[in-house]
Amino acid sequence: MTAPRITIVGASLAGLRTAEAVHAALPAARITLVGDEPLAPYNRPPLSKEAAETLARDTAAREAVFGKLLLRSKLSPAALSLRLGSGAVALEPGGVRLADGALVPGERVIAATGLRPRRLPLPGAEARRHVLRSFDDLVRLAPSLRPGARMVVIGGGFIGCEIAATGRKLGLEATIVEPSPQPMLRALGPRVAAAMAALHRAHGVVLLTGRSVAGFSDEGVILDDGQALAAEVIVEALGSHPNVEWLAGSGADLRDGVLVDDRMIAPGAEGLMAVGDVARFVNPLFGPEARRTEHWCVPGQTAKRVGETLAAEATGTALATRFAPMPSFWSDQHGMRLQAFGAPYLADACRVLEGELSLVGRAPVIVEYLRGGEPVGVLGLGANPAALARARARLDAALTETLTA
Amino acid sequence: MKVDVDMSICLLHGQCVIAAPEVFSFDDDGGLVWVAEVDEAQRADVEAAADACPEQAILLG
Ligand SMILES: Cc1cc2nc3c(=O)[nH]c(=O)nc-3n(C[C@H](O)[C@H](O)[C@H](O)COP(=O)(O)OP(=O)(O)OC[C@H]3O[C@@H](n4cnc5c(N)ncnc54)[C@H](O)[C@@H]3O)c2cc1C
Ligand code: SF4
Repeated sequence: MTAPRITIVGASLAGLRTAEAVHAALPAARITLVGDEPLAPYNRPPLSKEAAETLARDTAAREAVFGKLLLRSKLSPAALSLRLGSGAVALEPGGVRLADGALVPGERVIAATGLRPRRLPLPGAEARRHVLRSFDDLVRLAPSLRPGARMVVIGGGFIGCEIAATGRKLGLEATIVEPSPQPMLRALGPRVAAAMAALHRAHGVVLLTGRSVAGFSDEGVILDDGQALAAEVIVEALGSHPNVEWLAGSGADLRDGVLVDDRMIAPGAEGLMAVGDVARFVNPLFGPEARRTEHWCVPGQTAKRVGETLAAEATGTALATRFAPMPSFWSDQHGMRLQAFGAPYLADACRVLEGELSLVGRAPVIVEYLRGGEPVGVLGLGANPAALARARARLDAALTETLTA
Repeated sequence: MKVDVDMSICLLHGQCVIAAPEVFSFDDDGGLVWVAEVDEAQRADVEAAADACPEQAILLG
């Protein structure tokens, strides 16, 4: 048998972890990792946190900051061929067509193309408007994060809240414009979101909830009620779009990411798999619906599953385990760590296990999330890691029960 | 094999504790403790912990 050629598209966390998993499963495979960014795979979460802070304080520190973001890999350079700087434009029989015209062959193609920020389809203030997904985005944003500057963040999700908090730390005035009644409402539920809103206000963030942006002027943004907010820095943090255009016509289900089965294989598209933020799959811990999950843990979990699938195929055996990964995410805002396990956003109720929501930011709080009376998630807010680990163990036990039920 | 954690970059995410509970744990004060020398049999768990660490703080030798 000749060595299989496996081409992974998207050279970020999911792409790199998948290359490692493929190599471990099929040591003879010839692996190519294709990325449109000219940079080697790097870590994104610090872009709205420490990396933003460091680069804003010293815009010359670019290389040092990137060095810290760079993902370490245990793959030897010989095991992987990296093709950076030209994106995939189409999946063709036999391989992947790149923007520069080249065809990268691959019997198997793995999509790890992640997401890109949504933008408001409104003209104006272009030079002041920013998004935050890539290192380039941060390099463009950092010089305007100056003490005293006015920053308007459009969208009160995690990335919006984090960059607003980082802005406050750097001495900017920060305003968040969020159409729903609370920031991070969908992810955290009304009670915790209200507590987080109070934390932001206590740190001087102006939260304009129930409001949206209607347009841009030369000075800043104009809200739906006509109010004008002057801003030297505008960050659009409105959520993201999956990067699936290059897979048009492949036969895969591309409604909201790439639909994959529990082997990470995309039904309908011969030889295609997907991993990371772009993959939509069923997690039996949370019911039969296929969902996309934008957490840092997903690239590692889905990459590992690709390895299991390829190893099972190679030996002609069935997969020994179900794919039921425990989601987790964290966020850092105003010096406080949020750490969640499970799927708090699916809950219909929550219960404070430890501390008090009115003290968020000042004392540790642990919240359990319930759906139909059953635990679906747990969240620590500045919590003691040992206490949170115990709460998580209970969640694990409860969810494993749903799995076997 | 040897396990070390660079505590100057560890942010106590606890992903390692989940991936390899026999090797990493939190003491009652919430500090991270780990077994510095582990069996070959635990290699897969420890490698999974190193991969799951968002700060890349775990060093294996
Ligand atoms: C600012 C920020 C803060 C975050 N903070 C946290 C956090 O605190 N906690 C947490 O759990 N998660 C956080 N995340 C989410 C986490 O970073 C993502 O879940 C993770 O990056 C997903 O990895 P991925 O490899 O699937 O996708 P991505 O990292 O999006 O990588 C996809 C790659 O594919 C490339 N690409 C796209 N299209 C093509 C194409 N056609 N051809 C070739 N290449 C292509 C992209 O340029 C990119 O390099 C944060 C994300 C951001 C942006
Ligand atoms: S996962 Fe990494 S950062 Fe988190 S506690 Fe373990 S070593 Fe520290």
